[in-house]
Amino acid sequence: MGVTEVTLSEVENQAAPHRVVNDLSIQVATVNGSGSQSSNLVLLRAIFQMGIPVSGKNLFPSNIAGLPTWFTIRASKDGWIARRKEIDFLVAMNPETVEEDVQTLAPQTPVVYDEKLDVGRFRNDLVLYPVPFDQLVAPVCPDAKLRKLVRNMIYVGVVAKLLGIDMAEVEKALRKQFQKKVKAADLNFKAVVAGYDFADQHLPKADRFWLERMNATQGKILIEGNAAAALGCMFAGVTVVSWYPITPSSSLAETLISYMKRYRIDPETKKATFAIVQAEDELAALGMVIGAGWAGARAMTSTAGPGISLMAEFVGLGYYAEVPAVIFDIQRVGPSTGLPTRTSQGDILSTAVLSHGDTKHPLLFPSSVGECYSMAMDAFDLAEELQTPVFVMSDLDLGMNYWMSDPFPYPTRPLRRGKVLTAEDLKQRGGFLRYADVDGDGIGYRTLPGTNHPAAGYFARGSGHDERAIYSEKPDVYVRNMDRLARKWETARRLVPGPVIEGGAGGGIGILACGTSHWAVIESLDQLKREYGVEAGYCRVRAYPFNDQVADFIRRHVSTYVVEQNRDGQLCSLLKLELDPEDTARLRTVRHYNGLPIDARSVTDSIAQQEGWN
Amino acid sequence: MATTTAVPPAPPRRVNRIGLEQAAYKGNKSTLCAGCGHNAISERIIEAFYEMGVEPHRVIKLSGIGCSSKSPAYFMRTSHGFNAVHGRMPSVATGAMLANRHLIAIGVSGDGDTASIGIGQFVHLMRRNLPIIYIIEDNGCYGLTKGQFSATADIGSVLKTGVVNDLPPIDTCALAIQLGATYVARSFSGDKRQLLALLEGAIAHRGTAMLDVISPCVTFNDHEGSTKSYSYVKDHDEPLGDLSFVPFFEDITVDYDPGTTKEITLHDGSRLLLKKLGEDYDPTNKVEALRVLTESHERGEVVTGLFYVNTQRPDFLQLMNLVDEPLATLPESRVRPPQAALDEVMESLR
Repeated sequence: MGVTEVTLSEVENQAAPHRVVNDLSIQVATVNGSGSQSSNLVLLRAIFQMGIPVSGKNLFPSNIAGLPTWFTIRASKDGWIARRKEIDFLVAMNPETVEEDVQTLAPQTPVVYDEKLDVGRFRNDLVLYPVPFDQLVAPVCPDAKLRKLVRNMIYVGVVAKLLGIDMAEVEKALRKQFQKKVKAADLNFKAVVAGYDFADQHLPKADRFWLERMNATQGKILIEGNAAAALGCMFAGVTVVSWYPITPSSSLAETLISYMKRYRIDPETKKATFAIVQAEDELAALGMVIGAGWAGARAMTSTAGPGISLMAEFVGLGYYAEVPAVIFDIQRVGPSTGLPTRTSQGDILSTAVLSHGDTKHPLLFPSSVGECYSMAMDAFDLAEELQTPVFVMSDLDLGMNYWMSDPFPYPTRPLRRGKVLTAEDLKQRGGFLRYADVDGDGIGYRTLPGTNHPAAGYFARGSGHDERAIYSEKPDVYVRNMDRLARKWETARRLVPGPVIEGGAGGGIGILACGTSHWAVIESLDQLKREYGVEAGYCRVRAYPFNDQVADFIRRHVSTYVVEQNRDGQLCSLLKLELDPEDTARLRTVRHYNGLPIDARSVTDSIAQQEGWN
Repeated sequence: MATTTAVPPAPPRRVNRIGLEQAAYKGNKSTLCAGCGHNAISERIIEAFYEMGVEPHRVIKLSGIGCSSKSPAYFMRTSHGFNAVHGRMPSVATGAMLANRHLIAIGVSGDGDTASIGIGQFVHLMRRNLPIIYIIEDNGCYGLTKGQFSATADIGSVLKTGVVNDLPPIDTCALAIQLGATYVARSFSGDKRQLLALLEGAIAHRGTAMLDVISPCVTFNDHEGSTKSYSYVKDHDEPLGDLSFVPFFEDITVDYDPGTTKEITLHDGSRLLLKKLGEDYDPTNKVEALRVLTESHERGEVVTGLFYVNTQRPDFLQLMNLVDEPLATLPESRVRPPQAALDEVMESLR
């Protein structure tokens, strides 16, 4: 498996022995709380501004200051933005991890490092770029207290010089990063220049990597998934938000607060068209959402796995009393506290059937920041149309990292508020039955509290109830209600976003994935073609319940690899619950669950191994 | 028979200030035990909302789980109701009130629902001072699961099975006062007059009105040795004063000797008159309220009445600076910012 890849790289290298242009991954190893995030984002943005497709992954600890953190920047002329397993260029700043950091590097990998770390003691086959950080930072930053934060800007200048990043773009990116803090920007840029000048004078280029201007990012934006989701919520017309801080979802609520304060204050009265509450815990957060949804508001919360577990009881109430709610799950590694700052798709199975009794919930799987935005809007429409909790299953990789995207389109579809009867409607109808299936789609009509009509009121409850919402323990009433909810599930199947299917010719192998696995999968499809001559089909599911196209895709392929980021093949298990046994026999899994975003090489190698190609 | 009898004149139809009869405030038939204190509380709720002339469609009834929490079905049939999950009604009420600030919320909980499983949400509700009437139907035990002690049971109180409670009770009134509720009272389901006045005052108040109403469980906690039985509470009830309520829409002047009565004007202009029985009591003094509660515990008394009222503290919805209209029904044009807003954000991300 790995052998094939090395051979290929060598062939490429022979064709262009000294220059690899716009195709590398840079890893920066630092200590958190040292301002390195700013430095890394400046590098990321400068490369983006040079028109080179780029992605950044922050691998950080659950800690505020003092523990190791890594940031990976991948530049790819071909547009691959999944994490790359191999490190092509290392910036080593952390004495605690330096030995480990350099051990895994391929020979001749360039390493920029603090000269005190003396990387040469560990390896003698690397391209070494020692930099005297302390000497360089002192004259630039006379204030000793600030040096710790400014120091990391020096490597930005060094890397810019070595790789050929345009300094004008670095300055532009840096000023954008510091926004109105001009003094801080000036100080930091001086540090960048110091690094650049040092490299210019003392570090002759000895590696083969270069970055050159291209034109592949024009008009694009850089945004984190959580910010994109927040924007989607705002344009979906969210009015009540209740949340409890938890990594990696907090930034969704916090970004939403800042957007709403800017764009959702009534210009005349200066009053808010929204309410955002930091709740006492996740139970209360969802309780408020359920209360607000029952009273007619577009309401949401955002959380991560531990919060999802706590919300289980209320989710069952929302399902059974039929109350709209939107819940963002920014998945992180479990079980329990798990790895709270690492990414996973480990909540799929438990969330699909969250709560006790027979329950099933629509799940949306955004794979891009664009879908975080659009699926936020889909989620509110679905929740209100279906009168049920709807989950948006993002993850830490998508939510907290910066991704390139086309700018988001302004929504053209009006808000879909579902079946709500007004006092006027009630006057015409003479009354209503809250849980009767009038339209045959399993969805009843509801009224909102405050509706001025004597027939408007009904009693929402989590206990057994009949069509009129009156308490009932009768067996036939219970069964009738549960069967109607099952009918509603079939309506959900028609309403949720369908799969995206590519390469539908069939035969051979197929790949099925959801969410952020997409980026590794599309790169893996390319690898499979180049390395093994195999053209695999690809089905990206965007929602649960799955529709018929998913089953058709599986039937069209001899075997379908379900690629996902958890240990137990949760997406695969969910498929097995819905598919015919002869179809499930065609399913294989590629599972990636070490907390790092999935990469293409892992997918390709796993498929090749299971197919017996090597 | 060909005789004609004179039809007796129909009794005059009694209606409230919005033209509704008391029947319009009734609920379904109670399924609680005969003699349950909760039924008496439901009756007082019906009376209070009728007397105050509240439009039933503006009222939302919320509850958690337990015998108490069933009772919203037994009053105001035409109002919307929500029987939520155990101990978590406060969050549901909070969400509903955020969605529509014009609603009038009445939450009914029990001592198990509030003081044990729901204590977390209870304290945060009090702290937020959400506009809601929050009633604890307090019988010191879990009725629906057959009489286990709750966290409001007094030390030394005895179960029917002979089990003695050896943990101190949580005083929900003291907690509520300390945490920021702005209308805090204790009453007894058997004291019709006081409970009605407190409920009417709660309707007139804007903020969290927390009423702990001792409501004996006739089936599991009304025996000798229980401190939440009818006879025990009757014997140990020490009212803080004689309470009467004058609604804002009744132009009544009440004469009283200076120094004997304290008058409190509530948000809607209604007045509560507290006629002194024993020592002077100032229900606007938080420290005094906590002192009285602590001392009454030491004396083994059940002090009832309005412990604390604060008409100055802003409620939670005021703090949210909400637009006047309900958030729930704002039109799309008010909740979806224009294209220019999206363009501005996109530009900042390039």
